[in-house]
Amino acid sequence: MTGMDSLFLIFAVITLISAFLVVTTKNLFHAALWLIMTLFGVAAIYVLLNAFYLAVIQVIVYIGAIAILMIFAIMLTQRVMNPSGRIFNKNWIIAALLGAFMFIGLVIISMQTGASKTTLPQISGQLDTVSELGQALVSPNAYVIPFEVASVLLLAALIGAIFVSRKR
Amino acid sequence: MSDPINLIANWLQGLLLGLGLSVGLTKIILSFVGAVVVATIGMLTVIFLIWLERKIAGRIQDRLGPNRAGPYGLLQPFADVIKILTKEYTTPDGADVVVYNIAPIMAVASVLLIWAVIPFASTVVGTNLNVGVLYIMAVGAFGLLSILMAGLSSNNKFALLGAFRSVAQLISYEIPMVVSLLMPVIFARSMGLVDIVEAQMPWFIILSPLAALIFIIASMAEVNRAPFDLMEAESEIVAGFHIEYSGMKFGMFYVGEFLHVFTVGALVATLFLGGWRGPWAEQYPILGLIYFYIKTFVGYFIVAWVRLTVPRIRIDQMLDFNWKFLTPLSLVLLIITAVLDRVLVLVNSERWVYSLVMFLANILIIWATVEVLKKTTSKPKRKEFPMRPVAMAPETSTSTEPSS
Repeated sequence: MTGMDSLFLIFAVITLISAFLVVTTKNLFHAALWLIMTLFGVAAIYVLLNAFYLAVIQVIVYIGAIAILMIFAIMLTQRVMNPSGRIFNKNWIIAALLGAFMFIGLVIISMQTGASKTTLPQISGQLDTVSELGQALVSPNAYVIPFEVASVLLLAALIGAIFVSRKR
Repeated sequence: MSDPINLIANWLQGLLLGLGLSVGLTKIILSFVGAVVVATIGMLTVIFLIWLERKIAGRIQDRLGPNRAGPYGLLQPFADVIKILTKEYTTPDGADVVVYNIAPIMAVASVLLIWAVIPFASTVVGTNLNVGVLYIMAVGAFGLLSILMAGLSSNNKFALLGAFRSVAQLISYEIPMVVSLLMPVIFARSMGLVDIVEAQMPWFIILSPLAALIFIIASMAEVNRAPFDLMEAESEIVAGFHIEYSGMKFGMFYVGEFLHVFTVGALVATLFLGGWRGPWAEQYPILGLIYFYIKTFVGYFIVAWVRLTVPRIRIDQMLDFNWKFLTPLSLVLLIITAVLDRVLVLVNSERWVYSLVMFLANILIIWATVEVLKKTTSKPKRKEFPMRPVAMAPETSTSTEPSS
C-alpha cells in the first residue's frame, strides 16, 4: 500500500462517515456542516487524482455557495437551537432498499467494466490542465455546445428570477 | 548568503537524510516545517500589526496612540496578548459547544491557508498551484463559514443577525472580487500566482488601475472592515457574530481579522504591485522578500487608512453599491480588457504599446463612469419647509384642542 492509497482511504472514510451522519443527525444545522465535510472529502479525492481545478471548483461551488445557502435557509426557517421532530419518515425502508440496490448495481458495473482493476494513468507534470480545459470548453469539436447551452440556461434562470421578484 | 531561507531548508534536508530517513518522508517533514514557520510568522506579524494600526489610528485621529510600554509603545500588544490569554473562557447557555469552539479556529485557518500559494520571493513559495487565484476564492468560503458557525452556535439573537448580514455581504462582494481577479489572469495568461508575479514587467496596477481599485474595495468588504463592518456594528447589533466569545476565543477572531487585512495587502502586492519584483530581486532572493513586505505594508496601510477615514455604511447602501455599481463596472472592465487583449495580441503589438492601450482604456472607463454617475444620480433635493414658530400662542391652540 503506497502513501497515495492510504491517503485515499483516509479521505474516503471521512467522506463516507460524514455522508452517513448527514442523514442520521437530528440537528439540521449539524447535518449541513457534515454535508460540507462530505463535499470537502470529495474535493480532497479530486486532489489525489491531480484534478486541482475540479477540486477548487468543487469547494467554491458546493461549499462556498450551495452549502452556505443551505445554512442560510436553515437559519431562516428552523428553530436551529432546539431541533424537534423525527429524522425519518415512513418511507425510510424503501429509500434504504433503493440506495442498497443502487450501490450493488454500481459495484457490479464497475466489476464488469474492469474499472476496479485499471490503474491511474500517468500524466506528465508539464501538462497545464487548466488551459487544456479552457481550450476544450470553447473549441467547436469539443464541448462548445454544452458550454453555450449551460450559459443560456443560467442566463434564462437569471432573467426568470428578476421577472418573478419584480414588483407589478 | 543571498538566499538564507533555502540555505536553511537544504541544511535541514541534509540533516534529515543523514539521520537515515527516506527522501519522501524528508519532503513531508520539510513541508510541515515550512507550514509551521509560515503560520507562526503570520501570527507574530499580527502582534506587530495591532501596534502599527493603533499607531496609525492615533496619528490620523490626532493623538499619540500607545506610547507607555516599551519604546514607542512597542510592548503594548504583548501586554494585551498576556491579558487576553488570562481571561476566562465563557460558553453561553444552550450553545452548540463543538461548533462554537471550532468557529474561531476556522476563522484563523481560512486566512492562513491563503499564505500557502503566495510567492514571497523568487525562490520562496509554498506551492505553485496552477489554479492559485481560484484557490484564494475557495479558501475564502471557509472564512464565511466560520462567521456563520459562530453566529448560529452562540444561541444569541444579535449573533444570528450578524451572521445574516455577513452572508448578504460576503456572497455579493465575491462577484466583483472574482471578476477583478480575472484581469491579472488575462495579462499573465495563467492562474498561478508565481506566473502572475513573473509576468508583471510593468506592474499590473499600471495596466489596470481600475481592477486594483475594485479588488481593494471588494477585499475590504470581505475582511469586514469599516466602512463594511456591518456584521459587528457596535451601535446596532452590539458585536455581531462574536458577541458571546471571550478571552482567546475572541482573540482568534481578532487575530483572524488583522491577518486577513495583512493577507489582502499581500494579495494586492502579489497581483498588482509586482510581488517580489524589484531591482536585483532575482539575484538576491532576500531582497525580493523585503520588497514583498514593503509592498504588502503599502496595501495594508491603504486598507487601514480607509477604515479610519470613512464612516460605516448602511446595509441597503452596501448592497446597492455592490450590485448597482461595482458588479456592472467590473463586468464592463472585464469585457473591454478581454477584447482589447485579443486585438492587441492579434496585431502583435509591443509590450509598451499593450500597456499603454490598457492603461488608457482603464482611464477612459473611469472617466465614462464618472460622467454616467454625474448624469444619472440626482442630487437629494432639500425639502423646503415653511417657517413655523416653535411655540404656539395659547389663543390659537385652544381651538384645535379636543374638548375634554
